[in-house]
Amino acid sequence: MRARAAALQLALVAAVLFVFWYVASNTAQNLEARKIASGFAFLAREAGFEIGEAPFLTYSAADSYARALLVGLINTFRVALIGVVLATLLGTLVGLARLSRNWLLAKLAALYVEVMRNVPLLVQLFFLYAVITENFPGPRDALSPLPGVFLSNRGIALPLLAPHAAHAWLGAALAAGAVLAWLLARWARRRQAFTGQPFPVFAAGAALVLGPPLAVFLAAGAPFALARPELQGFNFAGGANLTPEFATLLGGLTLYTAAFIAEIVRAGVQAVDRGQFEAAYSLGLPRRRTMRLVILPQALRVIIPPLTSQYLNLTKNSSLAVAIGYPDLVSIANTTMNQTGQAIEGIAIIMGVYLTISLSISALMNWYNRRIALKGARA
Amino acid sequence: MKARLTFAVAAIALAASGAVLAQSTLDAVKSKGYVQCGVNTGLAGFSQPDSRGVWKGLDVDSCRAVAAAVFGDHAKVRYTPLTAQQRFTALQSGEVDILSRNTTWTITRDTSLGLNFVGVTYYDGQGFMVPKKLNVKSAKQLNGATICVQPGTTTELNLADYFRANRMNFKPVVIEKLEEVTNAYFAGRCDVYTTDVSGLVSTRGSRAQNPADHIILPEVISKEPLGPVVRHGDDRWFDVVKWAVFAMLEAEEMGLTSKNIDQNLTSTNPAIQRFVGATGDIGKMLALDNRWAYNVVKQVGNYGESFDANLTPLGFERGINNLWTKGGLMYAPPVR
Repeated sequence: MRARAAALQLALVAAVLFVFWYVASNTAQNLEARKIASGFAFLAREAGFEIGEAPFLTYSAADSYARALLVGLINTFRVALIGVVLATLLGTLVGLARLSRNWLLAKLAALYVEVMRNVPLLVQLFFLYAVITENFPGPRDALSPLPGVFLSNRGIALPLLAPHAAHAWLGAALAAGAVLAWLLARWARRRQAFTGQPFPVFAAGAALVLGPPLAVFLAAGAPFALARPELQGFNFAGGANLTPEFATLLGGLTLYTAAFIAEIVRAGVQAVDRGQFEAAYSLGLPRRRTMRLVILPQALRVIIPPLTSQYLNLTKNSSLAVAIGYPDLVSIANTTMNQTGQAIEGIAIIMGVYLTISLSISALMNWYNRRIALKGARA
Repeated sequence: MKARLTFAVAAIALAASGAVLAQSTLDAVKSKGYVQCGVNTGLAGFSQPDSRGVWKGLDVDSCRAVAAAVFGDHAKVRYTPLTAQQRFTALQSGEVDILSRNTTWTITRDTSLGLNFVGVTYYDGQGFMVPKKLNVKSAKQLNGATICVQPGTTTELNLADYFRANRMNFKPVVIEKLEEVTNAYFAGRCDVYTTDVSGLVSTRGSRAQNPADHIILPEVISKEPLGPVVRHGDDRWFDVVKWAVFAMLEAEEMGLTSKNIDQNLTSTNPAIQRFVGATGDIGKMLALDNRWAYNVVKQVGNYGESFDANLTPLGFERGINNLWTKGGLMYAPPVR
């Protein structure tokens, strides 16, 4: 019996290896037969196409394919990272709102979840994109809700703080304040543990975080010069610009994923035994503190694993950028594949990158999950 | 157990050998009974389904000509609408037999993509379209403009080249689907839409609310010879597609049309006799019926008829796409 099981395992491994070998050799043979170029040498060649937005990295058509792909990767990271943060915030709020005792709020949250969850993301993206490009005026008659802010079908042009020598000090002061606030919170927790005396950590912490930068700012003579966007020729120049493509993708991913996260948060909170609420109330803890100190820490254990999946989904869904023209990794890789004809290499790059991103997110979330898991319990 | 495993391995091995020694496309097409043709997702005049869902256009006619030559029936074509990015993979992987999708012939595509261009069915060049109200008169005034363009096209590369050469900047808005990219332009997301001039004329004529609101700038910044493409390394199929396309040009030069070709079946002109298959065995050389060229002209028409039916109504001029005998570039090698 045992020998048979081992033989079966061996056969399975052999079959898997054979399939891989077959696919690889067949592909190589067919590529050779059709004289299709292969290999990764193309990465060093000049790309020759422009990219709409390249933050943190200068790029021009004279740069290499590798650099173009890097720009795409940065764009993917940018939208995924901001999307994860915003979706978590919004999702938590909506999830808690669904549990609210306020009837209207709870129903509105439920409606939001049902609508967002049940309309395909691609449709939502097309809808949002059409709303922005079709409804907003052109740049020459842009709406200006605030001085220096312009809304047009080219996106949102915002004033940007003009660079000043004091800004580096501002950042340093902010960091120092944050460290002090963290130390204060630690001290307050220990004091409460020993003496039972609560300390207004939030107010004091906020003062510590914001105080030093403010002092530096005032000491430097309040350097508050703004680089305002101005209409130059066809478009706005100067300041910061949030393109319709980025806004659409970020908005779509956030709204869509938040609906799923809301359900996960709700399920997590409801998974906590009622007795825990009752016990907390009977100890005299107010509702908000019950939530923060008793319920959420227990709910998190239920929430984190499915939340990880949602983060992975959001990151992978960011590849729908292709449909609305946001230059993410997939969009750039598609163009690269088309210009060079090297589809297999391109797909391999896309797969490798997404696999790396997804496994990193998983590893990070698993680490966090282990940290908050019940001590001694099996994960 | 062992017998089953052996069978499975044998089946896989059989599949492996089958995939490597692929059949020639002509045999495959003949045995499945239709030509699978990759076309544009909807470019008026080149390939677009009409109100009854029948595909029409100059590119579509190349496919119909091949079907007429192979089967004697122009309707034995199935169409696969492809975006600019999907097209080459679809052809390389064998999903389509012919790619007839306003595709520019370049050396990179001809060599490293494993493709063969059979000829040119439309001589084009890249241009720019802008809304009239922007008051732009020349492409040299486009510094700083936002430009809508489709990815994976020669257009995208020429655009970057042109702006680099003229030391100007632009913001590309790159959208894959033709419909979406033209919508973005007409909605004002971009100041400029760029593609081959034929595509601009077609889009302006078929999609603009008021075509007179948009002008095509005088600069033509590239050469874009468009034509059907087949896979590299299948010479038999390459020949068939090439000569089906040439037959349409040759017919126009000989004055043969879908209307008069029946009378010409009994023509005494030896060139026409060879062409319609009354004498000689040109069809056999192609492994086709001897009346292959007759079928092409009878069922699809000559090149001029196709041009007049598909492109003239949209405001296209024959221009350089006229026959060489009339001052154009269209020239077919002799059918003999």
